[in-house]
Amino acid sequence: MDAFWIILTGCLVALNGALLGSFLLLRRMSLVGDAISHAVLPGIVIAYLFTASLTSPFLLVGAALTGLATTWIIETLNQKARLQHDAAIGLTFTLLFAIGVILVASFTGQIDLDMDCVLYGEIAYVPLDTITLASGLDMGPKQVWTLGSVFVGLMILLLTGYRGLSLTTFDVGYAAALGFNTSFWHYALMGAVSLSTVAAFESVGAILVVAFLVGPAATAFLLTRSLKWMLLIASLAGIASAVSGYYLALWLDGSISGAMALMTGVIFAVAFVWQMVVKNR
Amino acid sequence: MNSITQFLTLSDANVRYVVIGCVLLGISSGLMGVYTLLRKRALIGDAIAHAVLPGICIAFMLSGVRNTWVLFAGAIVTGSLAVYLVDFITRRSRLKPDAAIALILSVFFGAGILLLTMIQSSGNAAQSGLDKFLFGKAAAMLPEDLWLFGAVLLLVITVLFLGYKEFKLLAFDKGYAQSQGIPVKLLEMALSTLTVLTVATGIQAVGVVLMSSLLIAPAAASRYWTHRLSGMLVLSAIMASVGAYIGAFISYTKPGMPTGPWIVVVLSALTIGSMLLAPNQGVLARYLQRRKHRNKILQENILKAFFHLGEKQENQSLAYTLEVLRQQRDMPVARLKSGLRQLVRQGSLLDTNDGYQLTRSGLEAATRVVRLHRLWELYLSRHLNIAPDHVHEDAEGIEHLITPELERELELILDSPGIDPHQSQIPYTQKDRNR
Repeated sequence: MDAFWIILTGCLVALNGALLGSFLLLRRMSLVGDAISHAVLPGIVIAYLFTASLTSPFLLVGAALTGLATTWIIETLNQKARLQHDAAIGLTFTLLFAIGVILVASFTGQIDLDMDCVLYGEIAYVPLDTITLASGLDMGPKQVWTLGSVFVGLMILLLTGYRGLSLTTFDVGYAAALGFNTSFWHYALMGAVSLSTVAAFESVGAILVVAFLVGPAATAFLLTRSLKWMLLIASLAGIASAVSGYYLALWLDGSISGAMALMTGVIFAVAFVWQMVVKNR
Repeated sequence: MNSITQFLTLSDANVRYVVIGCVLLGISSGLMGVYTLLRKRALIGDAIAHAVLPGICIAFMLSGVRNTWVLFAGAIVTGSLAVYLVDFITRRSRLKPDAAIALILSVFFGAGILLLTMIQSSGNAAQSGLDKFLFGKAAAMLPEDLWLFGAVLLLVITVLFLGYKEFKLLAFDKGYAQSQGIPVKLLEMALSTLTVLTVATGIQAVGVVLMSSLLIAPAAASRYWTHRLSGMLVLSAIMASVGAYIGAFISYTKPGMPTGPWIVVVLSALTIGSMLLAPNQGVLARYLQRRKHRNKILQENILKAFFHLGEKQENQSLAYTLEVLRQQRDMPVARLKSGLRQLVRQGSLLDTNDGYQLTRSGLEAATRVVRLHRLWELYLSRHLNIAPDHVHEDAEGIEHLITPELERELELILDSPGIDPHQSQIPYTQKDRNR
């Protein structure tokens, strides 16, 4: 049963990452996803100081706001201060992350926030933290519920806003001419990325989030030119990485999230070689 | 107080190692950062820093000892592999460099975490502290580490110095460098190798995540102060060492404070300070420049309104009230008032009881703007065959920009004309005629 919950958690992270990551990749913002996943740390720490809980909804909100602030800072540095885009990303997320680490060190007596845990999570503990109803009914792990609700929210966003999201991704000028609010969709997407990053933090850590944001989307990008297919293939690649990663970790007796991240790379490598063979034929 | 003097004089051996180590690392990464920034590869350092982990783990698994040099060798191998793969993926597929960097860094780091946990579960006693290698252990620097940092810095300086001219070409114009027969591939490899070396040493001070800052922040800051490569290199190295020194000091004064993050905060503060305050390039300088330009346009437009009013009355020494001026040229009252104040302060206008009146120098300036406007209109209609009713808008903009040299050129081309395409006189003051 534990294996089921762990794999389910991995799959939910993979699905959230694959769907959002596809849009990030097409908007050439993959590294912004990376930056957000690191920069939310001070948001988590501050929210944690107020709520003293790692699963409070305020934590999600606080961190998601930090994620939005991150994208805003990057844009401002880039446009107002004319800092080149990659440098703006690097400067922003390292500064925010450093502030987060300093906060953790300053309140080290008051918060029990393990840095290692933030960075690579502990998905193996997911089944231990369950929700039990008053009637004594075991509802399954808390993380699955959190990630599941984020996934449902994401599906709602995608189904209702598919046109806006895809149009503003492919042709900003055209979308604006049709009356779509491009910065609304930009920040909606960034908000979703922040939220799903934070939701995944506790179980899989910052690194696996990035792996799932980039790996499956990059794999799908190599194999298709249609957005719908890309979303589908990315989701499948994500699920495949999660499942195979779990068994790889079991076999090697190592970190599950690390193995899942490695598998996103292996699956990408297969797709990469495939597209090279097809191209050269 | 005592502890501060102790820090400043570096009398405590422990402090000495930390400070010297951080400064050495800072200078290496400050120098290399300039090249990664200029070559638009600022975040490659992030990829390398993450990719170093599996190398360290494999080196440890193979050798079984925690020796700085052995781990360092492992780090270099996977770090270089990461740089190569990012390049390979971008060259052989549709993926953009940013996606390739994000992919490589997360996959390599995932592999590293997997290996690290495998080592930990194998129960090897020597592994303790292996993860410290990754999250920075500035406070625990050893003399042997300093030798390594010093060696890397020396190598960086030597290579950059020997190939200064070639690297400069590569950084600013790769295509041109190639056409000049410079071995671009070789130089790029040299730069990547040096970057990998720097990052592999740097993560020991600030950790994986913060390493990118050491490469980016000082270089980005120096970019605001100068356009010269040599100036950037020197400034970047100085800022990096100052940041490292202050960061080490702050973490020294408060027990339990991590060194790496403080270095990053200080470096970022230096960068943001440069961004705001640097002359010419800084946000403040550019704002002031824009404001100055806006005010110049405002003043000249008001002077023009005076001239046009005077032209109708055939008398340029009349005074006009705010309302009359606004009828001549509509603009927000606050703007008009502020412009009038500026002109009075400059001595172009007199604030009399009947309103504002042009002074002698004001009349000269007003005449000049109107003259430039009409000269340009004439030039457009005569030499570019633009209809006379289409030339006004263009002249409205250019009149604020034409220099005295251009003005003389226009007069020469137009052969000292008397009237513009709208049959208005092209005005000259007595002073202009004497010229």
